[in-house]
Amino acid sequence: MSEASPAETRPGKTQRVRRHDEGTGRLAAVLLSPTLIVLALVVVYPILSALRESLYTSGQRVDEEGFIVQGSEFVGLDNYTAIFSGEVGDRFWNAFYNTTFFTVTCVTLETILGVAMALVMHKAFKGRGIVRASILVPWAIPTVVSALLWKWIFQADGAANALIGAEILWSTEGWQSVLSVIIADTWKTAPFIGLLVLAGLQTIPEEIYEAAKVDGASPWQQFVRITLPLVKPALLVAVLFRMLDTLRIFDLPFVLVGPGKESVETLSILAFLEARETRYGPAAAYATILFLYVAVVAFMFVKLLGADVIGEKSGKPSKPVKGKRGRGKSVDRPTDSAAVGVGSAVS
Amino acid sequence: MSVSLVLLASACGGGDDGGGGSGDSTALEGRGPITFATGKDTSGNLKSQVDAWNAAHADEKVEVKELPESADQQRALMIQSAQSQSDAYSVLNLDVVWTAEFAANRWVVALPEDKFPDLGKLIPATVDTAKYRDKLYGVPVTSDGGLLYYRKDLLDKAGVQPPKTWTEMTAACLKVQALPESKGMSCYAGQFEKYEGLTVNFSEAINSAGGVVVGEDGKPNVDTPEALAGLTQLVNGFKTKAIPSAAITYKEEEGRRAFQEGKLLFHRNWPYVYALAGKTDGSSKINGKFAVAPLPGKDGPGVSTLGGHNYAISAFTKNKATAADFINFMASEERQKANVEKTSQAPTWAALYDDAGLQKQFPYLAPLKASIDTAKSRPKVVKYGDVSTAIQDAAYNALTLKTEPKQALTDLQTKLSSLITQ
Repeated sequence: MSEASPAETRPGKTQRVRRHDEGTGRLAAVLLSPTLIVLALVVVYPILSALRESLYTSGQRVDEEGFIVQGSEFVGLDNYTAIFSGEVGDRFWNAFYNTTFFTVTCVTLETILGVAMALVMHKAFKGRGIVRASILVPWAIPTVVSALLWKWIFQADGAANALIGAEILWSTEGWQSVLSVIIADTWKTAPFIGLLVLAGLQTIPEEIYEAAKVDGASPWQQFVRITLPLVKPALLVAVLFRMLDTLRIFDLPFVLVGPGKESVETLSILAFLEARETRYGPAAAYATILFLYVAVVAFMFVKLLGADVIGEKSGKPSKPVKGKRGRGKSVDRPTDSAAVGVGSAVS
Repeated sequence: MSVSLVLLASACGGGDDGGGGSGDSTALEGRGPITFATGKDTSGNLKSQVDAWNAAHADEKVEVKELPESADQQRALMIQSAQSQSDAYSVLNLDVVWTAEFAANRWVVALPEDKFPDLGKLIPATVDTAKYRDKLYGVPVTSDGGLLYYRKDLLDKAGVQPPKTWTEMTAACLKVQALPESKGMSCYAGQFEKYEGLTVNFSEAINSAGGVVVGEDGKPNVDTPEALAGLTQLVNGFKTKAIPSAAITYKEEEGRRAFQEGKLLFHRNWPYVYALAGKTDGSSKINGKFAVAPLPGKDGPGVSTLGGHNYAISAFTKNKATAADFINFMASEERQKANVEKTSQAPTWAALYDDAGLQKQFPYLAPLKASIDTAKSRPKVVKYGDVSTAIQDAAYNALTLKTEPKQALTDLQTKLSSLITQ
């Protein structure tokens, strides 16, 4: 990047310039502080507040006259231990499994479809603009609206049943409700992956393919040896974002199938249902567990696959120090977006 | 710290208790402008009601705070406001099932019955929904009861009377289904999707068979032969296809559509369906072909579950005297009559059901009164949300044939016993 090159020349200069450099640092700190304060308010504070809340319980006891005993009570880790035991534990592990299952299945399907869409959109053909625009329509629709849309499609007398000529009760417990959520989620978000991959595709120079053709590479070989490795940075970011999104999936199963359905109950739904019954302590505990789960997944993804989330690494292979800092940041970033995710799940 | 908090809370509580009785006239003090928190007014009539009050009370104006349409969101907003002890809402329009929770948390104040002179003229079952532990916390302004919609044209053709019992209904179905016109029709459907409507339909089946979900003593008593008879009736309906299997996905609207499209002979729903099913614009295939009756039961007329709304006074508002006057105004016969005429919402004022003019306009009023007169409230418990969820779990598992009815009720009894410990 351009601002990095003057910094490289500075160490060789005089003391005065270095002092000037320090002044710049202070100025940077002053200029950045509003941003940091806002971040602390909207990211750090809610996380800490949720952590604190998860250690308390309130309004769960009734006195002899039938009134709720007021005030909150510090219960330590009781809210957490309660989640992992007995009937509540079964429900939690079921939700945990559902959340993980949706994430793995949906993201896999979306990646395959998204890459296919990107390849189609990338090709030069007549009416490409219309194809590109129409593929992006699902992504533009708010999730709740698309959930309602699919709810009508999957009604007992809806379009889906009319099309396949059978009466499948999609919103009841069982594989069909799971399938309906997967279909709706894939329909909505495959275009997102398609969009990011398309951006990646457009950075690949055409000459590489020409050279490959001259060398006699088959289209499949071109795809596996050229396209995939070169879109990998963009693809990994897209997949990571989708994973973080799907881990906190809420609206689709909630609206499409309904709350209280074991087959599609996710961790976000559990947290929401607890909060709805004004049990904020256990709700915060669920949200915190989900937050940690999302953070761990994001961390593993970045560590194992080296996803370059904010584009720091690319183009600077010669500066190992910068590279390391870049990786550090790319670990932080998904954690932030996970925090926002948990926040919105609870609210 | 926690100990001192609890002590402090109980000390405050003790102070409040002293003034919570029915002789407590000092609690309703303060006059001035107030606010009225209610769900989205879809009828457009609320404004004219409030305007009528405001015209006569220049110094005690009422401002309407419209909350979202979904009941869950209304409840969430009211709870948030109460928990921050905000005086943003003065009068709360509470769904009947929220009374216990709001009362137990002291979010609404106990009302002295003598301050509400019209109370005795309301249908007693509706007043009962506004009570928690025998104390009054609200005034019922609208009510609701289940009705049995049936295809009068087909029943007449087969020469059968509207059924009063489940046995009669089954017999009527067999007779009518023998007609060529009723080919492919199912017998009956209510609301069986896993949501609040299932709690309503389950309670109706249990109560109509002589059972209870939660008894007079406030204890669950659902593992009984009567309750089993009620639940078995529904389960058998699904097994024999008298209830179409799609009905497990029916909420009010899905069921109404099926009935309007001529797929159902009998349908349990609320009074609002009457106007829609009678539309002549082509949206209903059965206008002029249906009528309503009270719900059937096991050995006689059935027992409906009560719906409706109560108006309560927030514990954190300043002008409680004005709030009480406004509630009296809205609950008055004149205002309720105006409301029925405009919105066809069921009133709580008994005399309105016998009003000849209204009966002409709304032919369902007589069966609806019969339905509401004998109707039962849903369990009056603080953790109503959890209780309703437990009921839905048990009922849904039984109706989808996942659990035997007997087992479902035994499980439900255990679950409810742990939820209703107080």
